Amino acid sequence: MAEPFSGTTERTPVTHHILSVLVENKAGVLSRIAGLFSRRGFNIFSLAVAPAAEDERFSRLTIVVDAESAPIAQVVGQLNKLINVVAIRDMRPDEATERELLLATVSVDEEGRQDLLAHVAHAGASIVDFSSDAVTVSLSGTPAAADAFERHLEANYGAVEVQRTGRVALPRLNPPA
Amino acid sequence: MKITGAQSLIKSLEAQGVEVIFGLPGGAILPVYDPIIDSTIRHILVRHEQGAGHMAEGYAQATGRPGVAMVTSGPGATNIVTPISNAYMDSIPLVVITGQVPTGAIGTDAFQECDITGITQGITKHNWLITDVEDIPTVIAEAFYVATTGRPGPVLVDFPKDIAQTEVEWVEPPSFDELDLPGYKPQLDGDAELVSAAADLMAAAERPLLYVGGGVLKARGAEALLALAESTGIPVVTTLMARGAFPDSHELCLGMPGMHGNYTAITAMQEADLLVSLGARFDDRVTGRLDAFAPKAKIVHVDIDPAELNKVRRADVGIVGDARRVTEALVTASAGRSQVDRSAWRTQLAGWQAEFPLTYDPAEEGQALKPQAIIEALAANSPADTIVVAGVGQHQMWAAQHWNYDLPYTWINSGGAGTMGFAVPGAIGAKVGEPGRTVWGIDGDGCFQMTAQELVTARVEGIPVKIAILNNSYLGMVRQWQEMFYEERYSEVYLTPDLPNFVMLAESMGCVGIRVDRPEDVLPAIERANAINDRPVVIDFRTDASEKVFPMVPAGASNSDVVVHPTQRAGA
Repeated sequence: MAEPFSGTTERTPVTHHILSVLVENKAGVLSRIAGLFSRRGFNIFSLAVAPAAEDERFSRLTIVVDAESAPIAQVVGQLNKLINVVAIRDMRPDEATERELLLATVSVDEEGRQDLLAHVAHAGASIVDFSSDAVTVSLSGTPAAADAFERHLEANYGAVEVQRTGRVALPRLNPPA
Repeated sequence: MKITGAQSLIKSLEAQGVEVIFGLPGGAILPVYDPIIDSTIRHILVRHEQGAGHMAEGYAQATGRPGVAMVTSGPGATNIVTPISNAYMDSIPLVVITGQVPTGAIGTDAFQECDITGITQGITKHNWLITDVEDIPTVIAEAFYVATTGRPGPVLVDFPKDIAQTEVEWVEPPSFDELDLPGYKPQLDGDAELVSAAADLMAAAERPLLYVGGGVLKARGAEALLALAESTGIPVVTTLMARGAFPDSHELCLGMPGMHGNYTAITAMQEADLLVSLGARFDDRVTGRLDAFAPKAKIVHVDIDPAELNKVRRADVGIVGDARRVTEALVTASAGRSQVDRSAWRTQLAGWQAEFPLTYDPAEEGQALKPQAIIEALAANSPADTIVVAGVGQHQMWAAQHWNYDLPYTWINSGGAGTMGFAVPGAIGAKVGEPGRTVWGIDGDGCFQMTAQELVTARVEGIPVKIAILNNSYLGMVRQWQEMFYEERYSEVYLTPDLPNFVMLAESMGCVGIRVDRPEDVLPAIERANAINDRPVVIDFRTDASEKVFPMVPAGASNSDVVVHPTQRAGA
């Protein structure tokens, strides 16, 4: 029962890379990066942006790149040519600890509510808002856990509105050899 | 001292050593045109903003210094987009200043507003929208630093009108060393171990070639290249962007490779066991069909742009660095290594050169002029340091093939972008940068009609360029493709030979116009043109429309299937 929420542990084929990109916090920087991906034909799976913790002059973008759309070295090389890009860390999925946040509002009647609460507790999600006929839940976890949680909600409840942040990632402390 | 933002901009340009701006004023840039009156900088008033951009490029290509163009917002800015794209493709240091509507009006669809930083994002190394009057000296310093260092290229600074009118205390701009650009650190010196590995490959290669691109010229590396070729004995091919980087008359020079390169240069690349690429980027016009390109060759790839390594062809040894510095390092590293015997390779190359020289059928009595013969006549009767500036098409290829370039910076053209109309403004810019040298623009009748109005600029500003139009009354390169690949179905390529009347057009712009129809009139016309130095000259050479550029590697074909001149084909 708990299996789907533990995330994948086996080595999965590398179809994406995670680029953690430190950029100068300047006007238009996101547009420069998005434009580069579009004109060079590189595909993005997800993109998360936030101020960099270490220095307010910088922001950090976590870009999940389709590694089949272009050689990853070429993606990194072209990104590095952008003047506002300061540093790039390229990680394969098996080298990274990845997390993302999922928010979902679920229509649920009195009868179904107990089931949902049990499932939320089991998944390690939490209730963040509710009304008489709906509940908003949040889950932070591995992308696989978020996938499985989302699938479960969609399969078992009526109207579900889901938003996900896209991944953030840091290198694994004990990467595979 | 309080000055306006407009004055700050001009002072900042002066501080970067700018001696000339090519431009055309308009509403949003108007405040900047007032302090220009008092500046040491020469301003050249163009007749169309595209002309300003190409002049700045011609100036930069001839001198090695950044070209500067200034235009207004909206259509002024969009008219210079083509030169910016051209500079991006050919790595030309170009600084473009555009006026912009006042900051408060940005985003409101104001009169002559357009998002030029957005438009040029993909065709500049970087661009800036100035939002604080105090930033001007720093942004201009950053713009020149980015444009001229690393892999050179165009930059754009968008300058809102209200910023130009705001008063500010003048502060001297920072030096390049003081700039805060944490994401921009060009790597100039090649890794020593990689240089050593490259020198090992070179010393052992039996059929090596130096594949030289425009980066060698950008890096001022011609002397280092000569030393490398002579010390190792490795033959050289020079791409369209590198003509003149190595002397055509040198015994190790094989000339130009690529779609319209010569047979030996093309075939040598196909048969080589090692290509040492110096500042070249394996462009599709050089490689032909990629999976059939240089199949036996290992690759040493030297480029200052790390993203060029492995972009097109995997490098066995990829070296990031300045082409001159790495070439010098290769000279040093090669000094301690003995080169293998390559007499068989040299014999084979010489055999191809003897069998397949560049050739054409000379005009017979009463026939139209042969364009190749005109190029040869121009070359034979012009000073050795003449600068040749070409447009794009057949005339460009003939000028690249049939003029012997023995000195660097004598050949300027639009390579990567293939911008028709480049020659006239490009030649004007080159002449502004090198006023003491003869500048011949070699143009087609199609190209000429795209930017000819800049000859008014040339006459008014006293810039005596010489333009040779190879007038075959066709969009000749398109015509050639339609003849060869579309069963002679000519579609929209015929340009009436007498409209415009090129002589009258030239005269109306204050130039000397000469028309030449007969072979015996070619030389007198060239001599007359070379003797005129107080105004531009235009010669309308009426050439044979049926002439095609050979050799030719058809688009998408392998270089091994190069089509040579009909007289050189088997059974001919």
